[in-house]
Amino acid sequence: MASIRKIARRSFLIGSAAIVGGVAFGTYKYHQPAPNPLEEKDGRAVLNPFVFVDQSGVTLIAPRAEMGQGVKSSWASLIAEELDVDPAKVSVLHGPAAKAYYNSAMMSEALPGRGYDASDFQHSLGEIVGHMSKFLDLQVTGGSSSMRDGFDRMRQAGASARETLKQAAADQLGVSRDQLKTEDGHVVAPDGTRLSYSTLAAAAAMIEPVETGLRPASSWRLIGKDVPRIDMVAKSTGTAEFGVDVRLPGMKFAAIKQSPHFGVGKTAFDASAAEGMAGVEKILDLGDAVAVVATNTWLAQQAVDAIDVTWDPAPYPETTDAIFDEIARSFGNAPNSTMRDDGDVDTLPDGATVIEAEYRLPYLAHATMEPMNATALYTGDGLQIWAPNQGPTVVQKNAAELAGLEKDAVEVNTTYLGGGFGRRIETDYTDRAVQIALQMPGTPVQLTWSREEDMSHDFYRPGAIARYRAAVKDGNAVMVHGKIAAQSTTVEGAGRMLGLPMTGPDKGHVDAAFNQPLAIPNFRVEGYLAKPMIPVGFWRSVGASFNGFFSDCIIDEMAHAAGRDPLEFRLELAHPEWEPAAKVLETVRDMSGWTGKTADGIGRGVALAYSFGTPVAQVIEVANQDGQIRMTNAWIAADLGRVIDPQNTRAQMFGGMVYGLSAACFGEITFQGGAVEQQNFPDYDALRMHTMPKVEVALLENQPHMGGAGEPGTPPAAPALANAIFDLTGRRARQLPLMHDFDLFI
Amino acid sequence: MSTTLRINGITHQVDLPDDVPLLWVLRDEVGLTGTKFGCGVAACGACTVHIDGEAVRSCQVALSDVWGDVTTIEGIGTPDTMAAVQQAWVANQVAQCGYCQSGQIMQAASLLAENPSPSDAEIDEAMQGNLCRCGTYPRIRAAIHDAAKMMKEA
Repeated sequence: MASIRKIARRSFLIGSAAIVGGVAFGTYKYHQPAPNPLEEKDGRAVLNPFVFVDQSGVTLIAPRAEMGQGVKSSWASLIAEELDVDPAKVSVLHGPAAKAYYNSAMMSEALPGRGYDASDFQHSLGEIVGHMSKFLDLQVTGGSSSMRDGFDRMRQAGASARETLKQAAADQLGVSRDQLKTEDGHVVAPDGTRLSYSTLAAAAAMIEPVETGLRPASSWRLIGKDVPRIDMVAKSTGTAEFGVDVRLPGMKFAAIKQSPHFGVGKTAFDASAAEGMAGVEKILDLGDAVAVVATNTWLAQQAVDAIDVTWDPAPYPETTDAIFDEIARSFGNAPNSTMRDDGDVDTLPDGATVIEAEYRLPYLAHATMEPMNATALYTGDGLQIWAPNQGPTVVQKNAAELAGLEKDAVEVNTTYLGGGFGRRIETDYTDRAVQIALQMPGTPVQLTWSREEDMSHDFYRPGAIARYRAAVKDGNAVMVHGKIAAQSTTVEGAGRMLGLPMTGPDKGHVDAAFNQPLAIPNFRVEGYLAKPMIPVGFWRSVGASFNGFFSDCIIDEMAHAAGRDPLEFRLELAHPEWEPAAKVLETVRDMSGWTGKTADGIGRGVALAYSFGTPVAQVIEVANQDGQIRMTNAWIAADLGRVIDPQNTRAQMFGGMVYGLSAACFGEITFQGGAVEQQNFPDYDALRMHTMPKVEVALLENQPHMGGAGEPGTPPAAPALANAIFDLTGRRARQLPLMHDFDLFI
Repeated sequence: MSTTLRINGITHQVDLPDDVPLLWVLRDEVGLTGTKFGCGVAACGACTVHIDGEAVRSCQVALSDVWGDVTTIEGIGTPDTMAAVQQAWVANQVAQCGYCQSGQIMQAASLLAENPSPSDAEIDEAMQGNLCRCGTYPRIRAAIHDAAKMMKEA
């Protein structure tokens, strides 16, 4: 990968999507191309930052983190659709950290507005805001944004590359470009002559890139179809290279012990027991951590475990209860946001039934299967990093600051990620590898965290409290007033990623609470920000991971208080507000054969959540099995507007639901003495083969804009399960995880 | 101190302390990185390998306790010559992030060697020690059934 890291000469106008409505401001700036990071040499034609062709064939760049969502394949498919190559026959690389690979879609989530009701004009505005990522050097995989980001830009990259290769062939054959066709990596002349892209590469490199329009959907061969994933054979044979699999000549292995109290260092440490242990090469004092470099990861871990450290006390409340008391205290402050304030929530009609509920959700760890790790080599004037990461430009920037180097002197190689879920958008694990490498010039060092270190040093999904007051009358929803308190992922996490102070109303904090597509006449949602205590970050679906639970559970409680069928009740609220949301409810109703009645020993729950541009409805069925609650079936319907790869999208919807259900059943991070209590999977379990329900997924394409896939499956999972358990037992789950209050089948 | 191990049909001399777990011998000494580290406490199954055909958690087997021939994911098939169970994994597009799949495949291969046509309940029983955070379980189940069919027809 080193061969493609340097800044190349050729740049190309990527991101020139036409903006409707004549919005002119900023277009000049964002239309300026970002420098092409790919190097042109030895007859290799770098057609644009996403396509290069040389004697060995075509290489596509998919600069998004492959963490299981299939983006390497689906991103390549977008290019291949226009370029006329078979994704299975070309190379697909992640490429270097580069401004050209900025994420144009993620930032648009930050725009005010409910999302689902966006006009075309607002949607275009979102695209323009998204291009601000370029100025922030934000090459990031997150926010369920990759396909929305790449859909136009990558097809344009493929189309331009194709037409440029055709122009080279036209020049060579003495025919006009429009007489030529392309198929399977070749330009085909009217007389049947076939010229491979490779043979045209050198000539194409001399031609100014040709811009062209995009093909109509009716001619697509790949988009909308199940395309075999290009990482599947490697991942089935143990040959896919994850971060922990990087092996370099002379490489050493490191283990780390970080302060169990966040944000503080140590008063004393004694490493005498570790000195002289087998394999130990170096013991390092990192201030708020100690590390050991050894010949083997396990030997390094044994030695670091033998170091006796006295850590400074935690500068925040030391127990779970005290932390939640502090979160609750923020209800006494002025609200940070009131992003929905329809009607009047203070005056109720006579005869209305009022429901009051307080919900409380725990802090959660990401628990990726591959523990945090990174490999770094410091050479005195440069730094190379190999890491499974979601934000190469952020890794690069922070590493450069630590090493006192220019960003260009830091090369970031992104491996496969053994799970991401938002954890690997942080750079603490790459920063640690850099700290170690800086003390070992010339020696590559791979730092792997123990599972215990990973579990107890996360950027957690914030614990959250919601206080809802709602009312129904004559079977109808009259009022919903929700107040949501938690530490702010936007202030703390986005601030950390962007290096900017985040102020103003925090939309992410109330996402999937204020912007649910439900027609409730008196509807107010307020966000309250608790002060920073525990490090918090982006956990699959972010604010929607707790708000999806709060805002759907209260609707379920209202439906029951109104004596209504919970699915019909939601449907009645969705229909007038946004038809695609109603359609996903109708679809799960029909798939599951929902009748509103369940047999003895069976419970069913429904939930609806709109997040990251996609409405998702889920029905979950539970059964009483010998006194234990077992999930038996689940049905999911999601409307993404446009589905790029149905098989991958179904896997994301199902996987998102499983991630949410695992947390709902077993997930909690608690604190004692300022330290995390959970250490490993036995304390933080997840659904397994035998506890997983049977699942059916339906993908709809009714809404006018593209929605995300990676996250929207998570928010409705916990409320659908809690609502099913209510149907089975008559007991409301207002706190998670469920394992504390219900006897779950495990 | 030197220990002799037979791994994927090849004999290796390993110079490491007796108590180093087989997982870390494979990964950091022999260079077979297909076997993954997930938890270190036998709670996730990512490190599953075979010793004399039996599925074991390699994070729990000390170097000096390895009692037979070791087979890892690299030993049951390669990208060009995949074992039936690996072919079934590809045909069912099982993997998402893929990190747990070496262990899942090794556990499934051992199940199929003992039980050529496992029922869903038998699959549940055999596979419940293997954690997947992406939620690939339905496709794992389908792939095991497919592999069973392929192995019978072969």
